[in-house]
Amino acid sequence: MRIHVTSILVDDQEQALRFYTGKLGFVTKNDIPISDTDRWLTVVSPQDPDGVELLLEPDGHPAAKPWKEALVNDGIPYTQFLVDDVRAEFERLRGLGVRFVQEPADMGPATTAVLDDTCGNLIQIVQMHQ
Amino acid sequence: MTDPGADVFKALADPTRRKILDELAERDGQTLFEICSRLAMRHQLGSSRQAISQHLDVLIAAGLVTSRREGRYKFHQLDTTPLAHLTDRWKKPEN
Repeated sequence: MRIHVTSILVDDQEQALRFYTGKLGFVTKNDIPISDTDRWLTVVSPQDPDGVELLLEPDGHPAAKPWKEALVNDGIPYTQFLVDDVRAEFERLRGLGVRFVQEPADMGPATTAVLDDTCGNLIQIVQMHQ
Repeated sequence: MTDPGADVFKALADPTRRKILDELAERDGQTLFEICSRLAMRHQLGSSRQAISQHLDVLIAAGLVTSRREGRYKFHQLDTTPLAHLTDRWKKPEN
């Protein structure tokens, strides 16, 4: 068994695609219409184009919004992406206008930062130390 | 006020709460998640998020921490004002 797709709930798929490709730098893998409003929309890392796909999933379920808002209120990231250099990535993304709620901080075996994906989620970027 | 500063002394009496203040002194304006992460990763304090949240409530009640809402985010800040005159009651007036 392997992890093939993992998902994040977004409030606007088109905006999510812009952010996850234009700002974070992922690339579109699948974009298939499912209904009048929803698409099967996945992105991958350009460093791992055949790796795990991130599904940008519509958050239309009524239970989704209060859950997402509660996470953001407490500053809790929905998921985590690995980077080589958190501080460099922080500077790059901040230069693109990305909002961070936690600047890079040393957390023992890792350095982390937390950003807003503009689709209702916080995302943690992490650099692991040897 | 028969015992001025009682809530401040009570807030400061707990080692986890003192660690929270240490971390806010290092970087002011943290989310609950960042405070929890720092306590877990840097101090091996495995308190639950609910426990940390309750510690923050005690610090806020004592005036040592303020929480600031910025849109959908909430940040916590250190306020050392209550510490300024905490021990005046035991000091002799200097003439």
